[in-house]
Amino acid sequence: MTTEVSETADQKPKASSSSDQAEVLVSVKNLTKHFPIRKGVFRREVGAVKAVEGVSFDIHKGETLGLVGESGSGKSTTGRVLLQLDHATAGSATFEGQELTTMSERELRKLRPRMQMIFQDPHSSLNPRMTVSSIVGEPLKEHADLDAAGRQKRVEELLTLVGLQPAHANRYPHEFSGGQRQRIGVARAIAMNPDFVVCDEPIAALDVSIQAQVVNLLEKLQEELDLTYLFISHDLSMVRHIADRVAVMYLGHFVELAAVDELYDNPLHPYTQALNSAVPVPDPVIEATRKRIILEGDIPSPANPPSGCPFNTRCPQVEDRCREVNPEWREVTEGHWVACHVVEPKTQ
Amino acid sequence: MRGAYLSGKDAVLEVSDLSTEFHTPDGVVHAVNGVSFALRSGEFLAVVGESGSGKSVTMMSMLKLIPMPPGKIVAGKVMFDHQDLLELETSQLRKVRGGEIGFIFQDPMTSLNPVLTIGRQITESLELHTDLSGDAVNDRAEELLTMVGLPDARARLKSYPHELSGGMRQRVMIAIALACSPKVIVADEPTTALDVTIQAQIIEIMKELRERLDTAVIWITHDLGVVAGLADRVIVMYGGKIVEEARVGDLYANPQHPYTRGLLGSIPRLDQKGQELSAIEGSPASIRAIPTSCSFAPRCDYAHDRCHTEVPVLREVGAEHMAACWWDIDGERPRL
Repeated sequence: MTTEVSETADQKPKASSSSDQAEVLVSVKNLTKHFPIRKGVFRREVGAVKAVEGVSFDIHKGETLGLVGESGSGKSTTGRVLLQLDHATAGSATFEGQELTTMSERELRKLRPRMQMIFQDPHSSLNPRMTVSSIVGEPLKEHADLDAAGRQKRVEELLTLVGLQPAHANRYPHEFSGGQRQRIGVARAIAMNPDFVVCDEPIAALDVSIQAQVVNLLEKLQEELDLTYLFISHDLSMVRHIADRVAVMYLGHFVELAAVDELYDNPLHPYTQALNSAVPVPDPVIEATRKRIILEGDIPSPANPPSGCPFNTRCPQVEDRCREVNPEWREVTEGHWVACHVVEPKTQ
Repeated sequence: MRGAYLSGKDAVLEVSDLSTEFHTPDGVVHAVNGVSFALRSGEFLAVVGESGSGKSVTMMSMLKLIPMPPGKIVAGKVMFDHQDLLELETSQLRKVRGGEIGFIFQDPMTSLNPVLTIGRQITESLELHTDLSGDAVNDRAEELLTMVGLPDARARLKSYPHELSGGMRQRVMIAIALACSPKVIVADEPTTALDVTIQAQIIEIMKELRERLDTAVIWITHDLGVVAGLADRVIVMYGGKIVEEARVGDLYANPQHPYTRGLLGSIPRLDQKGQELSAIEGSPASIRAIPTSCSFAPRCDYAHDRCHTEVPVLREVGAEHMAACWWDIDGERPRL
């Protein structure tokens, strides 16, 4: 139990990234997660929900990688497997070059303070019987070498940092509004000065006027604490606002990944194009003339995905080969990855 | 209180000074505080607000669909078809609910009966509210499902709700709401539980149906994006009151209430990448007491003395444009 963490309030040593070459913090190769479907008295395995099917990507130090997709696309599972909250079925995930999927619990515990998560629902992710100070102080108790007074000081610091009043430290979660509760969740996540935070739909349960507050807070903290985010969301407009690069998931697969402006201005995958055009713009003038790509049908079940390209059942540009062969995940132009047969390699 | 144009001749539904309270163990919640508006025939009216703004309770109160007790409609009139719906007996109200006024709810999984087939749930409403019988009922049900874009409608009549996806269930809800050719459809956050590509399908269906049928729609939502391309007029609610009401173009181009401005500013837009979002500070208004001042004042950048002592009245600030605010946001001076 003697995990040693130096004075947590101190600035962690920053990697000198003087060059423009982005340093890779998290690297994922062919990550796969299947959840078994069991049936009968003997709980025999009769199939699997293929939540994540061999995804590969890097997250650079200091960036925000947006991960968008519809419900059931596997974006949350990707985040959870990345942090080893669920065990990967296959593939690899590394943090600063250290392999996470084969790491022992003991080793993983040492890394935990550096990789944290902010959850979607601030109502169910905070223990209703704990005060704010014990919720935010719990990671400090586990991982930091601080006495009670030091912990209290740090908790007050954290609450101020996320825009809550330190005087409210002894209140319970139900005494706060949804937006304030989410700030408590953020304070808990940054308590140990992490390097990497997975934000799993952090604003989906909040009112519109409160969403902007929380997003502004996350951006402020990223700048002040030098954080790297994986920002999981179904809200394409918010992801465009906050992310540096964006990945699009469909049925457990990455279908496209590019720098944010490139992805929104020049989407290559037919699914990204449809998703982009489906997002309503709060402007009646634009809405009146906009052309929508309306996809037919629904996202297939991940327990029984189609053969070939996962999108072939709804794709407006589907060809025969799409139904047979799963397209390769390839880099079409620099930094722009896509998995689609129809997209021609561009020569620039 | 109300603008002249509201009592227009072709209003199908007219709500005046509606107030609803909930008596909870923790005290009285003043969910709706004197709401007045009119719905014209064939018009698409969007009602926008955050949770607790009173948008759903207002619409539910119109047909006495709130649980009573703890709910209580303390004042108001809802004129529909030359009668006050709030005065009607339950048996008479039943003829209106699902007949002349159709409903679409947010979550199609919980609002459809899981043990009845889709076909039965549509025909039930047809048998109760129309003269159709026998095969004609089934034909009409099939026609409705085709109209909302459900493929293979005849076979689908025999399906149960759990066999359909969320988007298909919501289409069934729309079909049920349309079944008796209502004059008004009230849709409460009909796309909120759906994914964005499915939401786009539903919006497209609503656009098509609007052109084909002469039904007025009240669309309750928290999403200013969804209704931008659908609505004719928009009502913005805050703290149980209407704070702004305007034609859709005016509301987005020239919002007059600071809350509406704040809402529009806090949405990042795909077509323009901004810097920091202009969030509205603070939390939504408490509705624990009848407001004696502007509910938005504690969060408002323009609040001055009067805002903290007097409730602003909803009044005309432009052509068919009303706002309840003591500050003239364009003139940069208090309103008299």
